Amino acid sequence: MAGHSDVSDPPRTTPLERGEGSADFARIETPLKRFVLAYRSDGVAVGALAVLCVIVVAAVLCPWIAPQNPYDLSVLDVMDSRLAPGERSGDGRFTFWLGSDEQGRDILSAILYGVRTSLAVGIGSTLLALAIGLTLGLTAAYAGGRAQVLIMRVADIQLSFPPILIALILLALTGPGVGKIIVALVAVQWAYYARTARSTALVELGKEYIEAARGLRLSALRITFRHLLPNCVPPLTIVCAMQVAAAISLEATLSFLGLGLPPTEPSLGLLISNGSQYLMSGKYWISVFPGVALLVLIVSINLVADHLRDVLNPRLQVH
Amino acid sequence: MLRFVIGRIWQSLVVLFVMSLLVFVGIYAVGNPIDIFISPETTQAERAAAIAALGLDQPLWTQYGRFLRGALSGDLGRSFAYSTPATTLILERLPATLELAVSALVLSVAIGIPLGLWAALKKDHWVGRSIMGMSILGFSLPTFWVGLMFIMLFSVTLGWFPSSGRGETALVLGVPLSIVTADGLRHLVLPASNLALFNTALVIRLTRSGTLEALLQEYVKFARAKGLPRSRIIGVHVLKNILIPVLTVIALQFGALIAFAIVTETIYAWPGMGKLIIDSIRVLDRPVVVAYLMLTVTIFVLINLVVDLAYSVLDPRVRLSDLKG
Amino acid sequence: MAPELSNPSQAGAVLEVHDLTTEIATRQGVVRPVNGVTLSLRAGEVMGLVGESGCGKSMTAYSIIGLVDPPARVVSGSVRLRGQELVGADEETLRQVRGNRVAMIFQDPMMTLNPVLRIDTQMIESILAHRRMSREEAREVCRAALERVGIASAEQRLRSYPHQFSGGMRQRVAIAIALLNQPDLIICDEPTTALDVTIQSQILHEMQNLCADTGTALLWITHDLSVVAGLADRMCVMYAGQVVEQGPAYDVLTHPRHPYTQALLASAPARHAKGQALHQIGGQPPSLSRLPVGCAFAPRCEQAGPDCQRTPQLSLEGAGQVRCHRPVVNRQSVADLANSTAPTPVTGLS
Repeated sequence: MAGHSDVSDPPRTTPLERGEGSADFARIETPLKRFVLAYRSDGVAVGALAVLCVIVVAAVLCPWIAPQNPYDLSVLDVMDSRLAPGERSGDGRFTFWLGSDEQGRDILSAILYGVRTSLAVGIGSTLLALAIGLTLGLTAAYAGGRAQVLIMRVADIQLSFPPILIALILLALTGPGVGKIIVALVAVQWAYYARTARSTALVELGKEYIEAARGLRLSALRITFRHLLPNCVPPLTIVCAMQVAAAISLEATLSFLGLGLPPTEPSLGLLISNGSQYLMSGKYWISVFPGVALLVLIVSINLVADHLRDVLNPRLQVH
Repeated sequence: MLRFVIGRIWQSLVVLFVMSLLVFVGIYAVGNPIDIFISPETTQAERAAAIAALGLDQPLWTQYGRFLRGALSGDLGRSFAYSTPATTLILERLPATLELAVSALVLSVAIGIPLGLWAALKKDHWVGRSIMGMSILGFSLPTFWVGLMFIMLFSVTLGWFPSSGRGETALVLGVPLSIVTADGLRHLVLPASNLALFNTALVIRLTRSGTLEALLQEYVKFARAKGLPRSRIIGVHVLKNILIPVLTVIALQFGALIAFAIVTETIYAWPGMGKLIIDSIRVLDRPVVVAYLMLTVTIFVLINLVVDLAYSVLDPRVRLSDLKG
Repeated sequence: MAPELSNPSQAGAVLEVHDLTTEIATRQGVVRPVNGVTLSLRAGEVMGLVGESGCGKSMTAYSIIGLVDPPARVVSGSVRLRGQELVGADEETLRQVRGNRVAMIFQDPMMTLNPVLRIDTQMIESILAHRRMSREEAREVCRAALERVGIASAEQRLRSYPHQFSGGMRQRVAIAIALLNQPDLIICDEPTTALDVTIQSQILHEMQNLCADTGTALLWITHDLSVVAGLADRMCVMYAGQVVEQGPAYDVLTHPRHPYTQALLASAPARHAKGQALHQIGGQPPSLSRLPVGCAFAPRCEQAGPDCQRTPQLSLEGAGQVRCHRPVVNRQSVADLANSTAPTPVTGLS
């Protein structure tokens, strides 16, 4: 009975095996710290995040840091057109670091403004689609019955069509314009958010129904918001990020085809389109540099989102 | 099973109906229908006659009826730019687009599945990681820009492939195809590769995630315990399990390929439906736009229907569950 | 370290496992799910390998046939199959042994049979991976195997898919597959846990007969003592990755020497009179990353004393072996122990 070994014996492991030592810092395991450490594991993704931050900052500060406002017609001088990178303007005041296009626009400035537009259109349309989609999805879940069937059918059918086709249809019917592009991009994205919101809401609703009578719908709503949103946020963040990248790409494609933003608005797609005719004659910079900028923007968003997905995936968090 | 088939067919018809309604409303209600179907360069008398002939003075429902009847018999108006029936125009261009889309599909599957398998097997190796990195590039790079770069690199600088147009065609079963001629093949390489890029990246990622999941399954452990060679475990056990979902997505992507061919055809001046639609939108040749939309929507609905039905046939668990009872 | 008791190669021994150790590197450090396991089997013998979940039974089985994947690896020890050393052998050698000389049956046949492949495909490939034969001949062998495990209309069944079988039948198919290449040893990892009780005993007896007929040794892994009680010739009890007792089944079941075995047997419901409180082993099985110093069972052991802080080794006791400083030597039967209503003090680490 008595006389057992002393319970307070230390476990038979070395400090190193316990994971201590230089990683003392890791013992203070707040979720944020864990997240940062996990994210840091991939150098490429860290680099992409850095690049992305630089781009975003540059886009926000664009009106102040761009050497020229290429969309202010009074500034342009057609005599400065098609200058190679590094050449100076006719009056010597100005260096076209990345060259100029056929209207005398400074490519560097045009890129900055174009990136600004891309980000605004991409993020704006995604957020709007998110809001609309979530609302419709939740409505479908709570209203139930015919409303749910109708909304979900429309969403499903729309999801089976490729985004570019939907955007094309809309823009063919309405004509180009910033607002119309955003409408098209929103129309392309909302269905996915609606479907996700509805299925998650149904899960939460189901939980409540088992326990109580129908009258609890209102509290179910409250509880759903308290549970739904925190659970949805990590996967939705990743999806939204990738959708922003896709929206940016789609807008550029549509603008390239002449169906997107009007020529008076800065757009990387338009720049590339204008420059494509000069590719053969060796004036590559008008197309290539905006293209690279677009590329870097989209790729860095996708790299960050991809790595985020691995980091936030609970299944992959084992050693 | 039969009920399922009928249900799906019915659903497809409903979708077609709704889409025709949307297109009709879009053209007739949003735009000025008179300008759509009557070229602006007609005289007043001709206009009046045309309006009467086209029934544009009739109530909307009657007009929709005429539209539907016309659509079902293949008559969707005459193109302004080409003065030929819009449907004829579109159908003439269809083989070129299909050739491009099918080539891109085959290319993306042939490259994507092996690379995806490899990436899964060498998950922590640099090979696996670089394949995944390249796949991110693949779906991030905008198709149109890659097209321009391909032309710059392979046509202008290296001179390996022509930069535009479709090559010589030969009749295969009554359909003119360019893939069967050497010249046609040379012209096909760049646009098909360009179009395939996005899809290849998708296939790689799909195959990789499917394989990784399959490798964790008990049946793989059992297959190893049976002493089966690795090639058989991957090539038969794993592959057969992931093939069905992967192929389903790929088939659904075929529609996206046809849609994205618009971009590729524009860049490479490939004489398909896509280029036609862009030109038509630019010159406001709306009968052609309508014809394109209706045809594409029909193709889409058909693809989805076929895939849904095929899935239920291919998956033995679904197929046989009815027989077992 | 005290000299280990050597296990001389016995005549007719099919499987000799000596001091097998497998390690996994985890965030909490290195753990040993298989920690110096030693056991042996002769031809035609049935051995029951019992222990609680997580004691390392399945891992031992995987280690024997070399199906250990990173981050786990077999670090030391020896596994001899009819004299052939398996630890450290290259993958191709192991592949030739698996499914051929050693077969394995898993717990849930629904998961282990590939759902999209037909039964004949999965059986024929098992044969063709190890022997040269035409497909028709292989198919004939498969058909005969199915009949032998009691599956009627075998020809039709060959053309079916796994989901068309019931649970019991699927497990019979798995048994048939195991026997296809006439292995020297079959390892069964909880093969009847997922089945109905009625089917369980059927399968048990059929396996017993089949193995007696063919002279195949059987290593039956389970957490349920009642399953092996009537079946096994020898028993091996594991705790925290180590073998704590081994011996002829009758001896181990009626006169267990290790306190853990005693407690396990005493807590089996069948032994108690109705209405009596179940005898429980206090405490929890230890986490492998925080093992106590000395005997792993000491914190939960009623017999524990200060010398239990030294790690006990396996020592001979009659026809078997025990890993304990204070093995139970009195002939108090297990039934008496179960009927004592003295509560078990909880002394273990959390």
